[in-house]
Order: sequence, then C-alpha cells, then structure tokens
Amino acid sequence: MPETKPRTLFDKIWDSHVVERLPDGTCILYIDRHLVHEVTSPQAFEGLRMAGRKVRRPDATIAVADHNIPTVGRRDPAGIKEEDSRIQVQTLEANVAEFGVPYIPIMDKRQGIVHIIGPELGISLPGMTIVCGDSHTSTHGALGALAFGIGTSEVEHVLATQSLLQKPAKNMLIQVEGSLPFGTSAKDMVLAIIGRIGTAGGTGHVIEYAGEAVRALDMAGRMTVCNMSIEAGARAGLIAPDETTFAYVKGRPHAPKGEAFEQAVAYWRTLPSDPGASYDTRVVLNGADIAPMVTWGTSPEAVVPITGTVPDPANEPDAEKRAQLQRMVEYMALTPGQKMTDLPIDVVFIGSCTNGRIEDIRAAAEVMRGRKVAPGVQAMVVPGSGLVKEQAEQEGLHRILLEAGFEWRDPCCSMCLGMNPDKLTPGQRCASTSNRNFEGRQGPGGRTHLVSPAMAAAAAATGRLADVRELGR
Amino acid sequence: MKPFRSLDAVAAPMGTPNIDTDQIIPARYLWRSKADGYGMHLFQDLRFAADGTPREEFVLNQPAYANAGIIVAGRNFGCGSSREAAVWALSDYGVRCVIAPSFGDIFYNNSFKNGLLPIVLPPERVAALLAALDRKQDVRIEIDLQAQTVTGPGGTVDHFEVDPFRKQLLLEGMDDIAFTLRHTEQMAAFETEYDRAAPWLAVPG
Repeated sequence: MPETKPRTLFDKIWDSHVVERLPDGTCILYIDRHLVHEVTSPQAFEGLRMAGRKVRRPDATIAVADHNIPTVGRRDPAGIKEEDSRIQVQTLEANVAEFGVPYIPIMDKRQGIVHIIGPELGISLPGMTIVCGDSHTSTHGALGALAFGIGTSEVEHVLATQSLLQKPAKNMLIQVEGSLPFGTSAKDMVLAIIGRIGTAGGTGHVIEYAGEAVRALDMAGRMTVCNMSIEAGARAGLIAPDETTFAYVKGRPHAPKGEAFEQAVAYWRTLPSDPGASYDTRVVLNGADIAPMVTWGTSPEAVVPITGTVPDPANEPDAEKRAQLQRMVEYMALTPGQKMTDLPIDVVFIGSCTNGRIEDIRAAAEVMRGRKVAPGVQAMVVPGSGLVKEQAEQEGLHRILLEAGFEWRDPCCSMCLGMNPDKLTPGQRCASTSNRNFEGRQGPGGRTHLVSPAMAAAAAATGRLADVRELGR
Repeated sequence: MKPFRSLDAVAAPMGTPNIDTDQIIPARYLWRSKADGYGMHLFQDLRFAADGTPREEFVLNQPAYANAGIIVAGRNFGCGSSREAAVWALSDYGVRCVIAPSFGDIFYNNSFKNGLLPIVLPPERVAALLAALDRKQDVRIEIDLQAQTVTGPGGTVDHFEVDPFRKQLLLEGMDDIAFTLRHTEQMAAFETEYDRAAPWLAVPG
C-alpha cells in the first residue's frame, strides 16, 4: 500500500468527484445534486435552449420556487398578484416541463426554501457535491457535503454537463471548544465567528467547523452555522458526519433505504478528516465566551454581544475602516456608545434558510409562550417549508405565536432578501433571524439587526433589542 | 462571449470596502430578463435617490468619470449573494474590469464567465490608484491581459496574476460549457464507475 497523506473532509469529497484534472490544477468536478430555483435559473435554461443543449442528469436535479413568492394567500402561479413573481414562477414551470426536471409546485406541502427542503427531504446527503444558484447553499455542508453557491453561468454549466470547472479551495479549520452557555445558540456561535474572522476571513477557503460545541449542535444548529459561512467569505462550510447526522438522514423520503443506507453509512464514516490532516488556516474559539449576539452595522462582521454598545468610529485608527464604520452608524441611525438594548424595533422577522427550521420556531415559541408582541411592532414567522409549517401546527406552536400577535405566513425566503412584498419601509428597524444586514437588503432604507430566533422573540416581546437571558428569569 | 484582450478606459474610484452584490444590483430587479439589460439599475440605491434623480455625489454620476469602463474598488468587492446579475449589470453599463485588493469568491468566478476581468492588486497599489483617480486629472487606466499589466494614471505599471486557464478562455472568448463538453468521454467513464461504487446516490422513487 502506498502511503497516503492525511486528508481533510474537504479533500476527500473533492478527490472523489474529480472527473479530470487539467494541467493548471483546474478540475472538472462532478456534481451530485443540483437545486434550482426561480430567480437564478431563467437565463441558464435560456442558454441551453439557444445552444440546443439538454439537461444531462434531470434525475440529479430538483427545482422549487422559493425566493419570490407570496407568503400570504398562497395560490397557483397564475393567481399570483405581483407580476414579477408570477413571471418567474411560470417561467420556472415552463422550463422544468420542457427540460424534464423534477419540480415541487408552490402549492405542494413539500415546497419551501431550497436549503431547508434539500436536507429535510433527504435530497442532500453526506459526502455529496451539492450546488445551487444561491450563496447560502453552504447550508447543506452541515451534513458533511461539499455544498456551495454558483452563478447563473455555472447553473447552465451544471445543467448541461453535471459538472463544474473548479480549483480546489484552501482548508480552514474553526474549532469551537467547550460548550455554549445558557441563552445562546448556533446563530450566536456563527455571528461570533464572523465577528472574529471578518466577512473576508474565509475567502478562498472551505471552512470545516469542529470542536466540542459544534459536535454538540443538532442538525438544525449545524445548518445555521454552515449557512453563514458565506458571510465569513467562504463559499462552503462543512461539519464531519457523525451519529447525529446519520440519525437525521435515516428515513427521509429521498434518503437511501435498508441495505443501501447501511452501505452509505459505512462510506460516510470514512469521510471525517484524518488525524494529522493539514489546514491552511486554523481558528480556535471558546464556546463559553460566546454571548447572545446582535449586529449593529451593515455588515455581518459589525456584531457585538447584546450587552455591548455601538462602537465609536473615532476609535478606529485605519482611515478607510473609520469611514466605513461612520457610514454604518449613520445608515443605522445610531449614536456611538449607545447600548444595544436601548434600540427600539419596528419589525421582527423569524424565518429564512438560516433560521426557518422547526427547532427555530420552537425556540421563538418558547420565548413567546404567555407573552405578547409589544405594541407597534409587526412580527412575523415565515416557516422554511410546508413540512416545517405542518410540524409546527401539529405541535401547536402557531397558536402560541398567533396569540402573542405574530403573523403566521407561508414558506418563502420572504423578508430575508426583500424581493417579494415582505419588505421594510425606509427607516424601519428590524430584529431578523436572517443572514444579511446589508444596506437595503430587507427593503430600501431598512435597518437590520441579525439575531437568533430566541433573541428575535425577545425583541418582539419587549419592543426593543433585548437580552433573552434577562427575559428568561 | 466577447473576448477580452486589452482595455483602455476611464476608471472610477470606489474605495469603500465590502461593496456587496445587493448594492451592485438590488434583489428587486432580479426578475428582469437579461435582454432588457441591468445596466440602468447598476448601483441603483447608491446612484439614484428614491425618486429616481441621480445622486450627484455618487462617483459614476460625476462628469470626470462618465463612461467608466473600469472600477477601482475597496477590499471584498462583490461579496454577498451569488447573483450573477451583479456582473451583468456592470457589463451592461460598460464596465469590463474591476481592480480591487480582494473580491467575493462567487462574484470573482462569475466575472470571468461574462468577459469581465477581476484584477487583484496589493492593497497599497489599489490605494495609490484610488488616490490618483480621486485627483480627477488623469482618469484612464490601460489593461493588457496578455502581458498581465495595469498601466495607471501617470504611467505606473503593475503586474497582476490571473489563472492561466481563465486567461486563455477570456482571450479566446470561449465559454466554459463548450470547453467541458470536449470531455464527454471522460465524463461518461467517470459516471459509470461512480454510479457503480455509490449506488445509494440514485434518487429513490
């Protein structure tokens, strides 16, 4: 046996998918699953049509509309009031029919945000390469799959060839040791990570998350962490598959069954990084140091513990950074030194591919049990999928939330990206469980504070950014 | 795809770091057909007030940088969403090259596939170019892809790195799919062996 160099989880998945390595190191990388949605696919299908090309593996492709559909009064595409949304959904339906791509219609209860339903339906599995024309495809890395977002040209490339032209990324290891304290969640963990390494900290890398606090997360939490890898600049995040992963996958509709499942698990057990595998970059955090986090600015790296204050740009020595901080303080209408808990909020949004799973809705409902949404606050829950919504209703969570004064919507990306009618109006301040606080992301002039579901509920109950740990007492 | 060999164009300085793709093209325009063009909405909320009037202070609205074909940007340009419309909007507006200390990964990849050249230069060199452009005297930059050089205002020359494979496709104006489809036999062989070794990958039902 030739001696082999210890490999990382990323190296192993990569190596097993290389169809061909070109002399300069670029690889033709085989893609196992391609998830398609209505916003980034129309031009890709149009490209195929113009070139007279087919979809190579319709069976490895699945389409769903999620980005831009109504979250109230859901009906068949022809009945969608908003013209842009109707055109996009109808175009997707025409395209999947023409190219024979499996499709989940918007009235099907399995419809949902593509990154929620991939794992939920067992379409996304450990060891796979998974792509989608959406940067939050990194979510699926929680299963121990190499999953990353691609542009529309690449969507067309995968449709036509079931592969991508790629160069391997660098390996980054982020270890979160110890355990997360009371009142904190996976969302706080990933916000703390981004606060530490910055929005470009992971650029050019695939991040593997490890350590005791990561191992202790359930699959929903792992998905939240991997989801925001892109906010740390990395195209993909990965967590080694383990017993938690296998138990999650088992029995899902598209997951392998019986002997095939056992075979798959035996293979998946070979995937975790070898002892001694080398990483280009390593970062270690102590779980115990993580507090409930909240972003104050217009970049996910502009984040502080909820007990913190708005930083003073004047203290920043670097002129370029100072100007950026100043711009953030102005856009967000803040005063340096102001306590985060003194900020009143207008809107609460709970949902998105970051925090739209059943566990997230449970966390929010737990906080809202016996409480009311503060006067003047608009609060909404948008479940990540029809199955999440159904599960929540079976558990009676919707009743707790509705009684508290939340709106209970239909699954969609919704206010995470401000594409459908769910938008902030200029100047509105929102506590949001989504992933981006960019200027105008949730609607032109809107001000976003990223938080965990429990923290979003705490904000809803108090009408301001609030420390969920205080509320718990 | 239009080949990219060289470019001599007005360069606009946008030194703010982390210009994300939501700023380059807000999500509310993403439903538009590519044929209708995205250039008119490039940097919409930075470029125009809510009532549609141009913001005079925005760099592309300043006469000195009219018809810019190059943008010199701050670090992490094009971070955020994977939307390729960010690149389409730049190209449609007439920008064929962005120079920055670093880029969002997906944006960087998308650029090459649309004949837009993203150039990484060291932060201090980008800062020098930004300072020179800010003076509004000489605002032209010349790019030679074959030689991998950026000639800035006043004749400063910087060498840049570019992946040889990406460079070749840009010079030839060749699209990726046509390239990959030359490898159909290898793909078929890979797929046969792969499907045999990993039967659980077949989608049941």
